[in-house]
Parts: sequence; structure tokens; C-alpha cells
Amino acid sequence: MVMFWVSLLAISVLLYLLLDGFDLGVGMLLGTTNSEDNRRAMLNAIGPVWDGNETWLVVTGVILWGAFSVVYATLLSAFYIPVILMLLGLILRGVSFEFRNQHLGTRWIWDSCFILGSLAASFMQGVMVGAIVQGLRFTDGQYSGGVFGWFSDFSILCGAGLCLGYALLGACWLVRKCESEVREVARRQIPILAVAVLAFLIVVFIHALNDNLPIMYRWIDRPYLFVFPAIGVVAAVVLASSILHHNDYWPFYMVSLMFVAAFGTLALSFWPYMIPFEITIDAAAAPPSTLSFMFWGEGLWVFPLMLLYTAIGYRVFRGKLGSMHGHY
Amino acid sequence: MDLTALLLSRIQFAFTITFHIIFPAFTIGLAAWLTTLEALHLRTGRPVYRTLFEFWLKIFGVAFGMGVVSGVVMGFQFGTNWSVLSKMSGPIQGPLLSFETFWAFTLEAGFFGVLIFGRNRVAPWFYLFSTAMVALGTALSAFWIMVNNTWMQVPLGYVVQNGRFVPVDWTKIIFNSAVWSRFPHMILAAFLAGAFCVAATGAWYLLREKHRAEGRVMLRMGLFLAAVLVPVQLVFGHFVGDYVHEYQPAKFAAIEGRWHDEQPAGEVVIALPDPATETNKYEIKIPVLGSIIGSMSLTSKEVGLTDFPPQDRPPVLIPFATFRIMVGCGLIMLALAWLGSYLSVKDRLERNRFLLWSIFLSFPLPYIAIITGWWTAEVGRQPWTVYGVLRTADSMTPFLTAPAALISLILFCAVYVFIFSFGTYYIYRLLRGGPPNRPMPVVHQEPVAAPGYIAAGE
Repeated sequence: MVMFWVSLLAISVLLYLLLDGFDLGVGMLLGTTNSEDNRRAMLNAIGPVWDGNETWLVVTGVILWGAFSVVYATLLSAFYIPVILMLLGLILRGVSFEFRNQHLGTRWIWDSCFILGSLAASFMQGVMVGAIVQGLRFTDGQYSGGVFGWFSDFSILCGAGLCLGYALLGACWLVRKCESEVREVARRQIPILAVAVLAFLIVVFIHALNDNLPIMYRWIDRPYLFVFPAIGVVAAVVLASSILHHNDYWPFYMVSLMFVAAFGTLALSFWPYMIPFEITIDAAAAPPSTLSFMFWGEGLWVFPLMLLYTAIGYRVFRGKLGSMHGHY
Repeated sequence: MDLTALLLSRIQFAFTITFHIIFPAFTIGLAAWLTTLEALHLRTGRPVYRTLFEFWLKIFGVAFGMGVVSGVVMGFQFGTNWSVLSKMSGPIQGPLLSFETFWAFTLEAGFFGVLIFGRNRVAPWFYLFSTAMVALGTALSAFWIMVNNTWMQVPLGYVVQNGRFVPVDWTKIIFNSAVWSRFPHMILAAFLAGAFCVAATGAWYLLREKHRAEGRVMLRMGLFLAAVLVPVQLVFGHFVGDYVHEYQPAKFAAIEGRWHDEQPAGEVVIALPDPATETNKYEIKIPVLGSIIGSMSLTSKEVGLTDFPPQDRPPVLIPFATFRIMVGCGLIMLALAWLGSYLSVKDRLERNRFLLWSIFLSFPLPYIAIITGWWTAEVGRQPWTVYGVLRTADSMTPFLTAPAALISLILFCAVYVFIFSFGTYYIYRLLRGGPPNRPMPVVHQEPVAAPGYIAAGE
């Protein structure tokens, strides 16, 4: 039962990273153009799916609270400021979607909110991941880092890195979904962003070596972990070649694969810890009466339905937008 | 009073949830109204129902979006500000909230897309079915939230193990009398909010002599529904009072403004409770009525606040006042709904401009009632988060500092006021514009619109 909920949690986190990742990325890239036509095309590319994507964040949150409440309580309170800034960013960008069409005169307000909200949410997510990788301070099993325990040059670096990563994913999505100018612009952005992400990964790696982060020892213990970076490298090569061959379809999947590889690397490096290296999965798991209630009431049948809905949603809006272009 | 992290966290939770409840309260009622309109349209074929449906669907979209984004915050605030509570009660509250997310997601997200895009793509009966499923989704959401909150009010079906509340009997947690009086109370409140908004909009159009056909339908349907529901709501309100009387005597005494035991007890109609002297100033009191309301008896003894040690008493003034405001709103709504319905049946309502103005201006009443009702319930639960078991002061994130809590509170206020002003303004513009004079060119001809991303009102 515990493993069942760990799997659902992992699926939800991964889906969130990939799905909201690209639409947050598109949100940030919106700042690189001033043309209303381009902005419209970019928003149309994520319009039908963005709120479904964001739902996976809520799903992650409630699975964490129900099935692993210690982790939920510890992480959210330790990340008080980043979580609240992330939520405010998501709120601003969520309402902007609707509000920008209500009135032409106020459109610029909502476009700014959309860009800044996307940036804030992405940055804060990266900061939190960075802080977890670096390790939170614990005393006697209780978090003891205080309100600013997450703040370090490493976590800030990771915040910037995730913004780049999401932007790369967003650019690939635009190449896949859009035509004409938006596609051309995004296609030119991909190599720049990809190089920036690569540079970021190198800096992070050096930083981790330098700081002697505990995660590095796991790599020596568990050589099979190198499979994931290898997958990442292969994906990067295919990405480069598909860009050179003007292929619109593959870049998005290759960058997604790189995200999966990064996620897999972190998850398996920390296994069996949920908060490295303090709280294990078993220590965090809710009592059996809770887990089985959740299993029969939702995990067994509602979760697959949600996956199915997500798949159907993407299928309905598959392909290039140009062929079914609507207007607002 | 010092601005401690505890007080600031409480204000922040109260502020964000007060803001949030406005939108679900609106959309639960509106979804049911949309279902009714679609069913009527299918049955009668009258175009006015279709026009109204398309019109209110737009407003539903804006309100739904605001409800979703402000709701995301709630799911995380338990962890950020109330980490001890969320750690201890996670095994019970976590699953209840996750049911809300999972079930609502499947129903709302899935079928809302059909409402926006599907008019021409699915059979009419399926379109109606989708509307009903969205309505069911909003109601189910409310159900799980009410179960969750009720467990904090009346904790049942658990044991404490290793500092956690471990569920032992889910049936007690979900199927208890408190849930089944509070959930209908909330749903009825949401329906009334929808009914009054619809009726007020109708009255507004009639006053401005615009959209007369649609305005008349809105006014009549809203008033008739309210005329039936307000009395039912009063009955369920009484049931809610019964659970408070049974499980939360200190809250009950605070609401009643009763400081000392009385037998038989009087009912304080209005007063200014004074905690310093443990008495009421400027009190107007009806003898014996307190016993009747509390225990359906002419002679029962009703407990007063002084039976409880001071550290276990809720603040008195807020629940005392908010309860009376709620009931007052309910009584005004009853009068408007009955009088309006009576005149409407007699076909005299449209000439009575005073009553039309009153109905138009009544749209905030259900919201005031909902918000003050929640304040009564939540402030009255103090000083506990889980009633009688876990104190609010012990529930908070232990290391949260006052400056951090202050900054987050200010940010929430700023952002919410900002988006709330614009959201209200946009809904106002949509309402003022009114439905088009012929059935709308339908939204779903634009295949790439987001759910809720409904054609601009420009």
C-alpha cells in the first residue's frame, strides 16, 4: 500500500513537472515578444490544457498530505516563503488567462502578471528542489532551519536553472504546436536555452562536488544511477539533431526525457528517503487505515480516470494549432 | 493586542478562506441554475432559456476560475502555517481533502470542457448530462470540505497514536449528524446565493427596461426558488444549532451571549457582551425562549460561559454578532422572497419599483450570511483547531516568525484585493451588458478556447 502511494506521488510530481513545466515556460517566453498576434498564438498553444496541468500540483499536495503528512507538514512549513510566493505567482497567472480577454485597455496588466507569475512560480519551485538536494537542517528529527533555511546560493542557482529548463520545454512545445513566426522564434531560442541549461548542470555538478553534498556519495554507492545521466545525454544528442533537421515533433519529447532522467536521478539517489537524509518513506507513511481508505476511494479508480482525462484532453487538442485556428 | 505569528496566521487563514468561499458559493448555485435552464430548454424548446444559459455560462467561467485559483492556496496553507495540525491530523484531513480534489477534478474538469466546447459536438441529452455532472462536482467538492471541517468541529472515529490522529471508523467521520446538517446548510446557502444573484440581475434589467423577457424569467425563477429554500434553510440552520448545542456547549453559550447558567433560559436578542464583567450591556432578552431554542423545552437548564475555564472559552463578541447578522440577512431574504413571489404571482411585481430596487440591492445578503455564518462556526470553535483535542496555539508551525507571517499576509491581501477588484469589475461588465437579444453565436465555434476562457465580452 505504501509503495502504491509512493508510485502515485511520483507519477503526479513527474506529470506536474512536465505539463505545468511547459506552460510555465511558455508563460516566461511570453516576455520575449511584444506582438499581440504572437502572444495570442502562444496562449492558444497552452490555453486548453494549462489548468488541467496545474491540477497535478494540487494532486501532489493532497496525496502528500493524506499519505505522507509528516513530509507535507515539514516541507511546506520549511518552505513557507517560497511556497507562498509560488502560490501567489500561480494565482496571478491563473486569473490573467481569463482577465486579459475581458477588457482591451487593461490587457497589459494581465500580460505582465502572467509573465511575472510564471517566472516567480518556476523560480520558487527550483529553489525548493535545490534546498532539498542540498539538505535541510534537522535536529532530533525535527526541522530546525527556520524560516530562511531554504536560502542558499545553491538553491538560488537551482531556481534560475529550473526557469531555464521550463523555458526550454516551453520553447519546444511552441515549436510543436505553432506555425510561422512563433515557431521560428522558438526554434531559435531552443539552442540558446539548451546551452544555458547545460552550463547550469555543469555548474551545479561542480558546486555539488565542491560542497561535498551527501548526494554525491550515493552515486559512488549506486553506480547504476549513471543510467539516467546517460539517458539525458542521448536525449540531448537527439534534440540537437532534430533541431538541425528542422523537426518540430521530437524536441519536446527529448527535453521531456531529460526532465524524466533528472527526476529519476534525484528520486533514486535519495531512495528510500523522502526528505534526504532524515525522513524515510516508511517513517512518513500514514497509518494503514488511511492508506487503504484512500486506495479504495480514489487511488484505485479515480486516479486512472484522471490519467485518462488528461490523455483525452491532449488528444483532442493534438497537432498544430494553425490547422484549427480559432480567434478570440 | 500583539501581532504574533499566531494571530497573523489566523488572520491570514480567515482572510484567504473568506475570499475563497465567495466563489464556490456562487458557482455551486450557478451550476445548478445552469442545469435547470438546460433542462427547461430541452423540454420546452423556448429560446429564452438557451440565451440565459449561454449568458450565465460566461459568468460562471469567470467565477469558476477565481474559485479554482483561490482554492489552490487553501490546500497548501494547512502545511505552511499549521504544520503541527497538518502533521497530526493528516491521516484524517489529508484523505478527505484528497477526495475533494480527485472527485471534483474528474467531474468538473472533464465535463466543464464539454460545456465550453461541446455544444455542437455532443448530443443534447449528453450536454445536459455534462451540465448536471459539473453541478454534481461542485456539490461533491462542498461535501468533502464540509466533512473535513466538521471533523475539526466534532472529532469522531479516531484514536491518538504516536502523536497522530489515526482513523479507526470512517463511517463515523463521514456519516454523522453534524455533517448531515452542516452540508445541506452550506448547499442551501449556495443555492440561495445563486437564486438571489439571478433574481437581482433580473430586477436590475427590469428597472433599466432592458432584456425584459430574460429579466422576467430570472426574477421569477430566482424568487420562487428562494421562497421555497429560505424556510428549508431556517430548518437546517436549527439542526446545525442542535449539533453545536450537543457537541460544542461553549460555542453555543457564546453565540447566545449567555454568561451564566439559566433555568429556564432566556434568549438574548441583542446586546453588547462584555468579557471583562462577564455580563451583557444594553441587553434585550425574551424569557424562556432560550430553553425552547436550545432544548425544545420550557424548563431546561442551559449552560453559560462561566461554566468553562477562561482558557477554554471562545471569544464572545464575534460569534455573538456574526450569528445575529447571519440570521438577520436570512429574515430579510425570507421577506423579500415571499413578498416578491406573491406580487409576481399577482403580476404586480414589475410595477413595484421599490421592491424591484430592494431585490436588486439584496444580492450581497446571501454572501454576508455565508461569511458571517462561517465566522460564527470558526471563531466559535476557538481556542481549538480540533475541538477539545488540539489547541490553535499548539497547531501552528513552531518556528514561524511574526515578520514572515506579516509579509505573507500583506502579500495575500494586496494580490487578492487586486484581482478581486478586477474580477468583480469584469463580472459587473458582463452582467451590465446582459444577454444578447437573440440566441448567441455560440462559444464552441472557437475550438481553441480554454475552459473558462470564454469569448471576450468586447
